[in-house]
Amino acid sequence: MLGAYLPILVLVVIACLFGLGSVVFSSLIGQKKPSKVKLQPYECGCEPVGTARERFSIKFYLIAMLFILFDIEAVFLYPWAVLFKRLGTFGLIEMGVFIVILFVGYVYVWKKGALEWE
Amino acid sequence: METLILGLPVAYYIAMVAKVLVAFVFVLLTVAYATYAERKIIGHMQVRLGPMRTGWHGLLQPIADGVKLFFKEEIIPSEASKFAFLVAPLVALIPAFISFAVIPFGAPVSIGGYTVPMQIAAYYDQAGQQIFDINVGVLYILAMAGLGVYGIVLAGWSSNSKYSLLGGLRSAAQMVSYELAAGLAIVSVFMLSESLSLHKIVADQAGGIWNWYAFKQPLACVIFFICSIAEINRTPFDLPEAETELVSGFCTEYSSMKYAMFFMAEYANMVTVCAVTTTLFLGGWHGPFLPGWMWFIAKVYALIFLCMWIRATYPRYRYDQLMRLGWKVFLPLTLLNVVATGIVATLVK
Amino acid sequence: MESIFFLIVAAVAVLSSILVVTCKNPINSALSLVMTFFCLATLYVTLDAPFMAVTQVMVYAGAIMVLIVFVIMLLNIRVEAVKRGSHAVFAGGAIGLFLLFQTVWFLGRGTLSGATGTMDRAQVVKVGHIELIGKALFTDFLLPFEITSILLLAAIVGAVILAKRKI
Repeated sequence: MLGAYLPILVLVVIACLFGLGSVVFSSLIGQKKPSKVKLQPYECGCEPVGTARERFSIKFYLIAMLFILFDIEAVFLYPWAVLFKRLGTFGLIEMGVFIVILFVGYVYVWKKGALEWE
Repeated sequence: METLILGLPVAYYIAMVAKVLVAFVFVLLTVAYATYAERKIIGHMQVRLGPMRTGWHGLLQPIADGVKLFFKEEIIPSEASKFAFLVAPLVALIPAFISFAVIPFGAPVSIGGYTVPMQIAAYYDQAGQQIFDINVGVLYILAMAGLGVYGIVLAGWSSNSKYSLLGGLRSAAQMVSYELAAGLAIVSVFMLSESLSLHKIVADQAGGIWNWYAFKQPLACVIFFICSIAEINRTPFDLPEAETELVSGFCTEYSSMKYAMFFMAEYANMVTVCAVTTTLFLGGWHGPFLPGWMWFIAKVYALIFLCMWIRATYPRYRYDQLMRLGWKVFLPLTLLNVVATGIVATLVK
Repeated sequence: MESIFFLIVAAVAVLSSILVVTCKNPINSALSLVMTFFCLATLYVTLDAPFMAVTQVMVYAGAIMVLIVFVIMLLNIRVEAVKRGSHAVFAGGAIGLFLLFQTVWFLGRGTLSGATGTMDRAQVVKVGHIELIGKALFTDFLLPFEITSILLLAAIVGAVILAKRKI
C-alpha cells in the first residue's frame, strides 16, 4: 500500500526544510568579514603547499570494489534468510555452495595481501 | 463508507503527520541533549564537572551552543568546489534524519476506534485486523546508512584541503567496510524472524527477556553494535575526525550551521543505531509494567549511554588495525555465524 | 493521484539524467546520477516492488556510485572537461534520436503484448515482494543464482589483479 511509504517522503521534505532553513538563517545573521588568508585551506597556519587534489592510494579503490561485490552477496542473502526455514535443507545446501564459492574469493583476496594496510 | 486516499482513510494521514512531527522533534531534542549528556558523562568519568555555567548544571548548554553556531561566520574556502561544498552537509543530514521512519517505538494505540501503530511508516488494516509496515524495513535503514558516506566524501573532497580529503577518504573506506559487516551480521536475525519487517521482528521477541534475539544471536548482536559504532564514526573508531592528527578531518573547513549539521547527523545516526539495535536484538518496545514507548526510550538511552561510556574508556584505533578488524575478523565471523545458524536451525527442526 | 506522482518523479529522473551528461564537474554529474537512481527507486516503490527499490539504493546508489566517486577523485579529472570531438557528439546524438524514435514508435503501436505473470498487485503485497523474489530465485532460477557466485568470484579476482601491481 503506497500510503505506508508517504511518511518517508514527508520526512524527507521536513529534513530538507530544516537543513536548508538553518543554513540560510545562519548565513543571514552571521557576520561576514572574509579575507584572503581566512579563505585559504587550513594547513596548520602555514601557506598551503601544492594542491589537495592529489592522487591517492589505490587501496581505497580496491576496498570500494570489494565492498560492491560482497554487498551483492549480502543482497542475495536477505531473501534467502527470509525463506530459509521454508526452503529446508535444500536451501541450506544451495546457499552453502554460494557462500563457499565466494569464500574462496575472500581467501584469495586475503592471501594476495589486498587487505593489508602498512 | 469513509473516504479513502490511496486506499487508506483520512484518519491515517492525520495520525501520520502527527507521528512524523512528534518523532522529528523528539529526535532533534535527543540529539541536542545527547551532546550535553556526552560532555557531562565523560566529564564526570574523568572527574571533571563538564558544562556548569549555562543554567542549572549547564542544562541550557545545547541552546547556547546552537545560538553561538547560528551567529558564527560562514566561511567558504576560495579553493572549494562550491556546489558540492554547500550540498555536503545536507547530504549528510537528510539520510540521518529519515532512517528512523520504520522503527516501531511502542504498542499500537487506539484513538476513537481507530488503531494507530506506533511506527511512522505503517498502517493498520481494519479489515484484516493487522498492522502492515514496509516489509523491507531493515534494508531501508541499511540503505540510508549507506548514503551517509556521500556527505562525508563530498565534504572531504570539495573543501580542497589535504586534511579534509584524507579524513573523507579514510571515513568512506571505513564506513563501507563496516556497513558490509553490519549488513551481514543481521542476516542471522532474519533467518530466525523469517521477515525483514521490523514490526514482525519486534513481535517475535515478545513475551520475556529470553525471547530477545540478543540471547539467540549473541555474536550477531555484538558484531552489529560494534560495526554500527564504527560506521557512524564514533570513538574508538573516529579516525575520520581524529582531532589530534587530522584536525577534524572532513569538516576542517566547515563553520557555522554547516559544521553543526555534520554533528547533528552524527548524533542522529547514533540515536538511529541504538534504536535499531534495540529493535533487532533487545526486544524493541516490549517490557513489563510500563507502556511500550517508555521501555523503548529507556533501552535506546541505555545504549546511547553505552556509546558514551565506550568513548570515555577506549583509545582510538590505528587505521590498519581498524581495517583488519572489519575485513579479517568481523566479515568471516558473520558469514560463519550465518552458516552455523543455518545448520543448527536445520538440525533442531 | 498516482499518475501525477509518477509524472513528477519521472520528470525529476529525466532532468537529473540530463544533468549527468551536461554538468562540467564530474562530481556533480555523479551526484545527479545518484538522484536519478533515487527516482528509479521511488518508481519501483510505486510498482509495489520495495525490495527492488532498496536494492537499487543499496547497490547502485550506495556502492557502485561510491566507487565511481572514488574513481573520479582518483583520476583527478580537471574541472574544465576536455572539449569533446564533434564526431562523437554527432554519433551520440544520432543514436539517442534513433532510440527515442524507436521508443515513441513502439509505444505508438498501442498495447504492449507478451507474457503476464500469474499474480496481481494485491497478491504481491499480501505474499510479500521479497518472499516472491526469493522463491523464484532459489527454486526456479537455482542455476543462474549459483552461476552468479562464480561471476562474483571472477570479479573479486579481477579487482585484486587490477589493483595490485605485484601479484
